[in-house]
Amino acid sequence: MEFLPTLWFVIIAYLWTGYLLLEGFDLGVGMLMKLFARTDRDRRVLLNTVGPVWDGNEVWLITAGAATFAAFPLWYASLFSTLYLPLLLVLMGLIFRAVGFEYRGKGDTAAWRNRWDWAIALGSLVSAFGIGAALALTTTGLPINANGDREGGAFAWFNGYAVLGGSAVVLFSLVHALGFLVLKTDGDIRDRARRQFLRWLPLGLLPLAGWAIVVHAAGGKSVTMLTLVLAVAGAVYAWAMARRHRDGWSFVGMAVFLAAGTTTIFTAAFPVVLPSTLDAAFDLTVSNASSSGYTLGVMSVVALVGLPAVLVYQGWTYWVFRKRVSRSQIPTAHAVRAQ
Amino acid sequence: MEALELARWQFGITTVYHFLMVPLTIGLGLLVAIMQTMWVRTGKAQYLRMTKFWGKLFLINFIMGVATGLVQEFQFGMAWSEYSRFVGDVFGAPLAMEALLAFFVESVFLGLWIFGWDRLPKKLHLATIWGASIASIMSAYFILAANSWMQHPVGVEMVDGRPVLVDIWAVLTNNTLLVAFPHTILGAFSVAGGFLLGISWYHLWKRRRDGIDTIGPDGKVLVGSVENTGRDAADHQVWLRSLRIGAVVAVVSFAGVAVTGDLQAKLMFEQQPMKMAAAEAACHDGTGFSVLSVGNLGSQNCDDIVAVIEVPGMLSFMANGDLTTEVQGVNSLVPQYQAQYGTNLPNDPMYGERAGMEIDYVPVMEVTYWGFRMMITFGAVAAFAAAVALVMTRRGTVPESKRLMQLAVFGILAPFGANAAGWIFTEMGRQPFVVAPNPDPNGIDNVFMFTAAAVSPGVSTAELATSLIAFTAVYSVLLVVEVKLLVRYVRGGVPSAMPDLIPQHLHDDDDDSASGVTPTSKKGDDDVLAFAY
Ligand code: HDD
Ligand code: HEM
Ligand code: HEM
Repeated sequence: MEFLPTLWFVIIAYLWTGYLLLEGFDLGVGMLMKLFARTDRDRRVLLNTVGPVWDGNEVWLITAGAATFAAFPLWYASLFSTLYLPLLLVLMGLIFRAVGFEYRGKGDTAAWRNRWDWAIALGSLVSAFGIGAALALTTTGLPINANGDREGGAFAWFNGYAVLGGSAVVLFSLVHALGFLVLKTDGDIRDRARRQFLRWLPLGLLPLAGWAIVVHAAGGKSVTMLTLVLAVAGAVYAWAMARRHRDGWSFVGMAVFLAAGTTTIFTAAFPVVLPSTLDAAFDLTVSNASSSGYTLGVMSVVALVGLPAVLVYQGWTYWVFRKRVSRSQIPTAHAVRAQ
Repeated sequence: MEALELARWQFGITTVYHFLMVPLTIGLGLLVAIMQTMWVRTGKAQYLRMTKFWGKLFLINFIMGVATGLVQEFQFGMAWSEYSRFVGDVFGAPLAMEALLAFFVESVFLGLWIFGWDRLPKKLHLATIWGASIASIMSAYFILAANSWMQHPVGVEMVDGRPVLVDIWAVLTNNTLLVAFPHTILGAFSVAGGFLLGISWYHLWKRRRDGIDTIGPDGKVLVGSVENTGRDAADHQVWLRSLRIGAVVAVVSFAGVAVTGDLQAKLMFEQQPMKMAAAEAACHDGTGFSVLSVGNLGSQNCDDIVAVIEVPGMLSFMANGDLTTEVQGVNSLVPQYQAQYGTNLPNDPMYGERAGMEIDYVPVMEVTYWGFRMMITFGAVAAFAAAVALVMTRRGTVPESKRLMQLAVFGILAPFGANAAGWIFTEMGRQPFVVAPNPDPNGIDNVFMFTAAAVSPGVSTAELATSLIAFTAVYSVLLVVEVKLLVRYVRGGVPSAMPDLIPQHLHDDDDDSASGVTPTSKKGDDDVLAFAY
């Protein structure tokens, strides 16, 4: 295996893992705006736990997409054009969600806020589902021809794996967000979040584990057996720690679950980045879909500088905003009146 | 319509829309950083108020830039997969650099700025807005590097019919980029300048209308104040300073745009002579710049077009810096293009139904001709108005005339129009190519791609129609929402961003009673977040 394309496959897997780990909880918090929060003040508590960080989290997605374009243009072109409609929904979801975060508090009627709450909740749901479906399909295969273009019409991508991957990311995000709220809120919101976390964790992590098992069964290597076991251990650990109110460790357990799960999936799929369900000869692989060695070299230098820096300053943001958010900290809303 | 047309409309609509938010983000971001710097240095109340007020409008706009930028990033793969495959080795790199080196900084530091007012030391907090603002300018650099490469491909070799990157430095120092970048950034500042000017004018005018500010016997303003409304002397300073800053920025950036635009024009005459000939709607070789041409510009047949007013020598000056060199017109360029790039599209399945069709090398002249002139005119009108505004506000306030106020507010739109026109001209002027070939001796002549070959072959017309309708509908709704919000916050004046300026302001909080907690400023001021959604 050539070194640089493999390195870039690892970087892209890393970007997706980072994305799901970080935006996972803010997508989940978005859905919980409708599923969990009961009063307007609770909703504002939820919003403000992710307020300072959600946009930075979303850039992991932009970077994953752009890195795929730079390092594996053929993968980017085939995956994105084949999944035209689901990605359209993802974009719509992300648009409404982003605008909802910023605009919700800028109107002063209950109807206004309620409308944006729905935009945030549904936007988060739809985009989480679409991203999960896209990721699952790139590991299980799409009907692409020799040129990498879709055969069979606008819905040819749809199958059980799309649903599996979609539910995997949606449910993971919900559970992950509950764990996040346990860390970031206080009082009875926190207690409720912990109870819900314990209740839903076993069910919520199932589809993601199932997806990892499917990919492992199809192309697994001995090491993916190991990471699969590690993922399950992470989930069990997260649950056990939450029961003992060791919430930080519980969050670490969730991170281990996710990282081990995505490692299983990407490692088992390697070196194929997008299998063709029409003919294995049309598979896009790490070597036949990649950019030239020169481009990959240049981008490696950029990533080597950029990625560690991102970890430092994004980590610092989480440190600056480490305080828990509670109901009593939420300032009173004020109406904007014309002068 | 076919897939290609739909994809082009979609790209045009979504990009122009994205570029309504972009220049305001770039321009206003830096101006807010400067205002906050003045506050940190002088401690004067008006600078803090300026920072908060303009910062609020900045955020309302910023979020739409983020939301629409995502669409841009995905769109290349979704609708233009053949394009992405063709250029991927070169084009993805600047996009990935933009994400890694600019977007991360921009979004993370902006989050710190918005929520960090009470969490970070003053100077560190100031540094965050500078970080975000500089990153937004860097993002412009990288994306323009990508765009300039499409206008003027450099740093590549052709291998198996595809451009392969051999020199990233050449891409990042493309001469097209080095002039497009300052031109675009200065264009962004002219947007921010006009924005400050129009809104401040409105508030100064309202202070006069409400009798707060009056004109003294010496012709100078007498600044008044109304208790407990935030409309005090510092408020007057907020608007007067903002107005003058905006006007100066608008004038200076127009000067810069004219200089860089002239450089661009000279380059384009070399690199894409057809674009510039179409900008002139010029059939025949000549030296004159047309101020007004009539005829059927849309016919793409320049023999129908008659120049009514021409400035002799001006075109040569724009192209070469003298008054006499003949500049080639469409009629002499078309045969050259045909000889170099063929008369018909190749009989290749990648062109679908278009394979073998005749190629029309002349862009839609209605668009190029008027796009070019609208860009310059809107920019010039805005700059002229800003200069007049500087003179008219010498005595410390604006005239009482409502008409003038309306004109100033309406004028906010002119620089937006100039920017949109500039892009539409640039992008449509390079048709029928999506990657334009360059006869320039320093360019690499055989690197080009017809737009007809760029669209995703596997994506159906129905899908493209669906997305085009969806984007257009959602964008229209969001534009209305954004403008309404902007108007509401503008009308509210500084207290809309600093409610504490109005003591015991009316608040209509909702279901606090349900939670039983009502935070008041008496109890635990430290606890209440300085900023919360
Ligand atoms: C000259 C400047 C310029 C140009 C030509 C473009 N953009 Fe843009 N873009 C910006 C300048 C900018 C910005 C000023 O940096 C924005 C505007 C608001 C913002 O949040 O950042 C932005 C936001 C923005 C975002 C969201 C970033 C975030 O979440 O923070 C993405 C993904 C893109 N853009 C992508 C694109 C693509 C793929 C373009 C090409 C078609 C494009 N932009 C044209
Ligand atoms: C890096 C930045 C950009 C890239 C890579 C880019 C690329 C493209 C591509 C691939 C197309 C489709 C092919 C075509 O129809 O010409 C296009 C068209 C277009 N772009 Fe750009 N563009 C960029 C920036 C912009 C910006 C900022 C604007 C304006 C705000 C703009 C305005 C347009 C318009 C109006 C069209 C439609 C042209 C037509 O249909 O003839 N572009 N551009
Ligand atoms: C004397 C005035 C001006 C001249 C001579 C001029 C010239 C040009 C030229 C030749 C181009 C095309 C470059 C290309 O095809 O790559 C261009 C593009 C553009 N212009 Fe202007 N321009 C002027 C004023 C303005 C003003 C006032 C604005 C906005 C406020 C503006 C904004 C733009 C934008 C956004 C583009 C597209 C991006 C780019 O290619 O840089 N221009 N201008």
